[in-house]
Amino acid sequence: MNSIPFDTLLKVALALVLAPICGGLLTGLDRILTARLQGRLGPPLLQPFFDLIKLFGKEPITSNRLQRAFIWGHLAMTMTSLGLLVMLDDLLALTIILGFASVCLVLAGFAVRSPYSYFGAQRELMVLLSCEPILLLFAIAYYLDTGSFLASSALALKTPLLAALPLAYLGLVVALAMKTRKSPFDVSTSHHAHQELVKGVTTELSGRYLAMAELAQWYELTVLLGLIALFWPRPLWVGVLLALVSYLALILLDNASARLTWRWMVRTSWSVAVSAIVLNMIGLYILRR
Amino acid sequence: MGLLSLARVRSPWLLHFDCGSCNGCDIEILACLTPVYDVERFGIVNMGNPKHADLLVVTGPANRRSARVLENLYEQMPRPKIVVAVGACACSGGVFHACPNVLGGVDKVVPVDIYVPGCAARPEAIIDGIVLGLGRLNGNGKRDGAAAPGQS
Repeated sequence: MNSIPFDTLLKVALALVLAPICGGLLTGLDRILTARLQGRLGPPLLQPFFDLIKLFGKEPITSNRLQRAFIWGHLAMTMTSLGLLVMLDDLLALTIILGFASVCLVLAGFAVRSPYSYFGAQRELMVLLSCEPILLLFAIAYYLDTGSFLASSALALKTPLLAALPLAYLGLVVALAMKTRKSPFDVSTSHHAHQELVKGVTTELSGRYLAMAELAQWYELTVLLGLIALFWPRPLWVGVLLALVSYLALILLDNASARLTWRWMVRTSWSVAVSAIVLNMIGLYILRR
Repeated sequence: MGLLSLARVRSPWLLHFDCGSCNGCDIEILACLTPVYDVERFGIVNMGNPKHADLLVVTGPANRRSARVLENLYEQMPRPKIVVAVGACACSGGVFHACPNVLGGVDKVVPVDIYVPGCAARPEAIIDGIVLGLGRLNGNGKRDGAAAPGQS
């Protein structure tokens, strides 16, 4: 087995420290923008960090040890997927590990007897059903264009990935909306004042376990924005700008639309986002022949 | 002030429970969340889930039916937690104090930290009461006698 070079490990460690800071700031920005769109002043930019620190200092009440284990797994696997992205490693492995991270959250929801938690967990499964095909097909479309699943091959391309996979980009933005629980896709739990069956999948989490679930959300956001940045990796600032603009568009969509049903979400995902990526792959296949 | 103490004061999540109020105080609490008062400026968010909440904001008098629910909600909240009684009914039973089904103020059921008077309590008074209560979150449940807004 090849040993991992020291500078790569350093890069991963740096990313694991910086990603929550980015995720927290983006969440703070999201809350301010949302408040302004509703005609309010909104919380300070650092509010998500205050919330997180407070939650770490609260008494954790959990029903059983299994639930705690699954929350640990949720956080660890999301961090692993970020590590894979920073190491410019296999995108297929990354999407599957990200999927397993969500499965951990679902299992944490099912580990307790609360009906609210059950509802949330079942809806999170529907989010998985809508989101995972998009991510997997994105990885396959990526392979069709670059000839490899490695994230590093996007950096070697002469023309940016966006030129070859514009529809896959749109599909990935839809997946980002589902994973970050933006309306109309916030079926499993929501950050807004209007609440879905108490707090959905996070109902039974409290104290540091709720904080860990929140932290995992921030890591997940960074990973998905990183995947979007891969569409234009050279120069990197264009890719980062692309990711930020996509996220801003989702915040606007979040405030402009109501929450819709999970049936609608699954239908939209499979009929629009998945078929867009498949169409993109067919087009790419015909053009490259 | 340590980082955790600062974070506690800057991020109070509240759970609102209506014990049997006439909805006058409830509307005033919701008014605090609207653009006019916008309590999210101070990080205050309405949670609807006892396991996520730091503050229990109770309106209406405690009665024989709602006492059990109120007690249950209080027990489910992780420490540190504080209770704010909003309105004359929650403070003492108000106009309902002599009803046969009414026990009196909510302090008959759960320990109350802050009493916000008024019928209905004004949003300014509610925000004042909650801000007054935040200082107690760092006392880790130590209670040195209840205070009404404007008294300390």
